Amino acid sequence: MARATAGGFNATRGEKTFDVINIIIMLILLVITLYPFLNVLAISLNNSQDTVRGGITILPREFTFENYRVIFAYEGLLQGLQVSVLRTVVGTVLGLASASMLAFTLSRVDFQARRFVSVFLALTMYFSGGLIPVYLLMRDLHLIGTFWVYVLPGMVGAFNVFIIRSFIDGLPYALQESAKLDGANDFTIYWRIILPLCKPALATIALFLAVGQWNSWFDTYLYNGSNETWTTLQYELMKVLQSTQQGGANMRGSNEDLSKLMNQVSPESIKMAITIVVTVPILVVYPFLQRYFVGGMTLGAVKA
Amino acid sequence: MEAYTDKTPGKQAAAGAAEQSGLSRFWRKMKSQKVLYFMAIPFVLWVFVFSYLPLWGWTMAFQDFKPGRTFMEQDWVGFKHFVDLFTDERFYLVMRNTLAMSFMGLIVGFTVPILFAVLLSELRGKYFKRTVQTVSYLPHFVSWVVVAGIVTKMLSTEGGAVNDLLLGLNLIDQPIQFLAKGEWFWSIVTASDLWKELGWNAIIYLAAISGIDPELYEASRVDGANRLKQMWHITLPGIRTTISVLLIMSIGHLISIGFEKQFLLGNNLVMDYSEVLDLYALNYGLNLGRFSFGTAIGIFNSVVSILLLFAANGVLKKVTKESIM
Repeated sequence: MARATAGGFNATRGEKTFDVINIIIMLILLVITLYPFLNVLAISLNNSQDTVRGGITILPREFTFENYRVIFAYEGLLQGLQVSVLRTVVGTVLGLASASMLAFTLSRVDFQARRFVSVFLALTMYFSGGLIPVYLLMRDLHLIGTFWVYVLPGMVGAFNVFIIRSFIDGLPYALQESAKLDGANDFTIYWRIILPLCKPALATIALFLAVGQWNSWFDTYLYNGSNETWTTLQYELMKVLQSTQQGGANMRGSNEDLSKLMNQVSPESIKMAITIVVTVPILVVYPFLQRYFVGGMTLGAVKA
Repeated sequence: MEAYTDKTPGKQAAAGAAEQSGLSRFWRKMKSQKVLYFMAIPFVLWVFVFSYLPLWGWTMAFQDFKPGRTFMEQDWVGFKHFVDLFTDERFYLVMRNTLAMSFMGLIVGFTVPILFAVLLSELRGKYFKRTVQTVSYLPHFVSWVVVAGIVTKMLSTEGGAVNDLLLGLNLIDQPIQFLAKGEWFWSIVTASDLWKELGWNAIIYLAAISGIDPELYEASRVDGANRLKQMWHITLPGIRTTISVLLIMSIGHLISIGFEKQFLLGNNLVMDYSEVLDLYALNYGLNLGRFSFGTAIGIFNSVVSILLLFAANGVLKKVTKESIM
């Protein structure tokens, strides 16, 4: 913002008032955004008996790792953690490979089927078969109760393809032509030339895919709700959160271990500790990818 | 580009049937692009299976679908399930909830990020600005499960920050059981959504604002415009296109607001306020095994969404000359 820092004029009193009010608004927003996370963190690190007394804000009063020790002794959580990591890795790799490959073919103006594939893909952004037809399709494909139901159905994402394509469109075409003259085929061009140059776009899409996989819980609820082998971390957290809520009618596979766990320390401390375990990986990753996804979002919006 | 798409010499040789030469040229070109085809076709089939094939399932809405029977053995019942749907009292309650939450979400979730982007771009300190921006993206990346947990904690009657604050300010003398009271539910969902997506939804506006020519601001300052006037006369008109496009897109998604928030924040006590269309399809369609009825709800949802998208596009095309189609 050149204009904001441009010197050479004296700020009037009105300007100063504006700046002060603006800064105050932003500070309030910072507090509203950060306080809940810090509060949850503080409670998760506080002695559970002490927490019941209330009054914990952003610092633990009686510091302890006991809550974490208890949740990591719970098998469901460890199983969920493994599955969540696995689906994040597999889902991201498959999603990146398919989106970049399709994007490459669509970026080639000479590609015969370009228009058809483009429209065919774009349409999927505007309709969906709906919950039940999709559920029955998964059943017919025998994907229910398997790991693959997490990564296969959403593997090709139209939005991701179009973001990468916009990025490839911005690369000089001469690179491809000279490789072609050297006798490289289209796949070699994609693999050796386009992919390495696409890193910023790929980083954005990888972040979107990874966060989507990591955060997903409804597919576990729907397809693997009572299947402990393929439970996920988000689903375990959801079960814990819903278990003590009034009604708790949304439960499917209720778990005996879970209630034992809750009685060991207080349910609240357990909830907060699992929330932190689920959230931390994302907090660690996203600030580093910020410059990529800001660019990626803008690219997508212009082309959409 | 033509250079390597069709290198075959003497392509004019077959002067006889133009049609045939067109066709053979097509095949030749296809053969020369076989690698591109190999790279695209598997994914096209993939999209066909996972996105288009479920549309075939829409036929279920016109049958009394029984799992295990073949397509031909199903009983066809015409619009029976749609009649059932439109005569179900619950449906109107569900529509009320869906529309209430989507309109509240549209008004708040659409205007506040614009305001936030404009104010953020007016911040002078570079590092402060960057910090606010980075922090504002944070809630977008956490799941709704986590956000629902956080919201429940913040609104709880035992040491929840919101009740503590209201009690501390003497605005109330009894903690409010926010999540057990139906009349609060819509506001809670709207506020949670705003908390989660405010920073993220501002990204595109921030990008649009940074694309505005700085000289416009200089010129207006010479003319004596203050900051508020600049925001109104330069910044907002400068991002008008972006605003229109995003408005059309959000209207298109008006009734497909999803159900994650309602599912995770709702409970039996507030069911009459929390049940939205998708949740209704889940509870009364899938979980009860009424596949046909649930599919009819899904079709209704899709059809209304598409009509809204076209209507919004048409209106905005007239008013602002912007269009996404």
